[in-house]
Amino acid sequence: MVIKHASDIRSSEITDKKLYLNRRDFIRASGTAAVAAGILGASQSELQAAVPAPRGRKLEGVKPSPLSTTEERQNTWDQITTYNNFYEFGTDKEAPSLHAKSLKTEPWKIVVEGECAKPAAYQLEDILKGQTLEERIYRLRCVEAWSMVIPWVGFPLSSLIKRCEPTSKAKFVEFNTLVDSGQMIGVRQPVLRWPYKEGLRMDEAMHPLTIMAVGLYGEVIPNQNGAPIRLVVPWKYGFKNVKSIVRMRFVEKQPLNTWQEMQPSEYGFYSNVNPSVDHPRWTQATERRIGEFFRRKTLMFNGYGDQVASLYTGMDLKKFY
Amino acid sequence: MAPLARRVLDAHKTTQVVLSASVIKWGLKPAAFTAGLLPFAWLVWAGLTGNLSPNPLSDITNETGIWSLRFLCITLAITPLRKGTGWHVLIRFRRMAGLFAFFYGATHFLIYVIADRFAGLDFPDGIVAWSTARNLVVSVAEDIYKRPFITIGFLTLVMLLPLALTSTAGMIRRLGGKRWQALHRLTYVAVITAVIHYWWLVKADVTSPRYYALIAAFLLGMRLWWAKARLLSPVPARATRQAS
Repeated sequence: MVIKHASDIRSSEITDKKLYLNRRDFIRASGTAAVAAGILGASQSELQAAVPAPRGRKLEGVKPSPLSTTEERQNTWDQITTYNNFYEFGTDKEAPSLHAKSLKTEPWKIVVEGECAKPAAYQLEDILKGQTLEERIYRLRCVEAWSMVIPWVGFPLSSLIKRCEPTSKAKFVEFNTLVDSGQMIGVRQPVLRWPYKEGLRMDEAMHPLTIMAVGLYGEVIPNQNGAPIRLVVPWKYGFKNVKSIVRMRFVEKQPLNTWQEMQPSEYGFYSNVNPSVDHPRWTQATERRIGEFFRRKTLMFNGYGDQVASLYTGMDLKKFY
Repeated sequence: MAPLARRVLDAHKTTQVVLSASVIKWGLKPAAFTAGLLPFAWLVWAGLTGNLSPNPLSDITNETGIWSLRFLCITLAITPLRKGTGWHVLIRFRRMAGLFAFFYGATHFLIYVIADRFAGLDFPDGIVAWSTARNLVVSVAEDIYKRPFITIGFLTLVMLLPLALTSTAGMIRRLGGKRWQALHRLTYVAVITAVIHYWWLVKADVTSPRYYALIAAFLLGMRLWWAKARLLSPVPARATRQAS
């Protein structure tokens, strides 16, 4: 190949710029542009500026709870509402903050079915009627090894379950997130098998730490955090905390939760926070608290072992991860 | 045909784009260099002004990694583009693109060492202590050994290192064109391992790694195609014998 430098070329040979860009070149240049666009096109998922949720309506009569974790600094509203895993609105952390606006949370109902005496479609207002809302400040530990401290507002799941009167056959309870491609841009891609499914053993579901959250920082929970109603089980990895719940089913057999369905070697049913059982691809021994540089040591059961360890007496938690 | 038009077409065959050496040296190269630094500058700016996500260390790790992969793809796209367009001047930017791939890859590794490994250490003797250095080395080595996606990512950087070191004109001369070219074909392997590294680290959504896998497959597929064409043609055409 000869690369001619300017000095090698007689000026008469130098093609006028207007002329060398003839039709054939134009076609070739289009090809070039296509390849270049291909490479740059992959950058479309480039970080977009996340948008914190607008402040919500203030919830009335919220009581503090002795079960709150008060000794650690809480993450900010902006952090909690811009860094979310809510794949129904896209897989990037900021995607839910950008796309969850389209979620319509009123009216909302939860269909209760399966092994219970009172299966029905419960309206959210009816579920909340007569419920005392409590502030529950909990650590949230994501399976991706980051964590936050979040002041939820909610009520014990046990009180909702009691109203449904589960039968003796009800050993587990399964939850589904809404799936509606009109409102949820992320479900148009088969990233997960929609709807999102999660489940708890009955004793886990009835545990006083387990709540249904409807608020954050004393206000109505933002869409990207699972509005209007979501589960919070603070001793389990974040993905157990199913969001925007539309269905509860009492079942006899252990349900298959979405992440276990996706990757059974990496995600189990129990998914208790456990620093001694690593994710196959990364360590669970430490975590980054959002907002901090140095990583914290992950605590067994996310620090709630005193309250919940007895649920798992005699179980090999390496096997039942 | 008018003499001027003929001359234009003839000139077109040999020198598609004629740019003076000084335009390249003082205009295009600094422009390309600046463009290559833009993602880095943006990350520094966004990091300092709080314009990253609430987990900025994770963003910086991801972004430097993805830019390394992008520059690897750009490096590998230069020869196909040159052949497609006849803009042979592009070859003058290949080394820079390759060095940017190494620069972003090395930064990616460094950030991982600091944010993922160093930040997770115990500091039994305080932070400034020999034990810190020792524990850091052990922690990085263990992670590279234990986790396949880290292993293959590290392998990619290890492959890019000799390429960066032998990128100078002096090293090309010392190695000799043939050997240098053979060594630099490691880029083909590196782009594959880089894509695997990316693929293995995502949780469920492989949209983006798949995109890069397709680009890499396309770019490497062209090499296979040329190699086949070389083998099949009894008198190899000049153009296809060029270094790629």
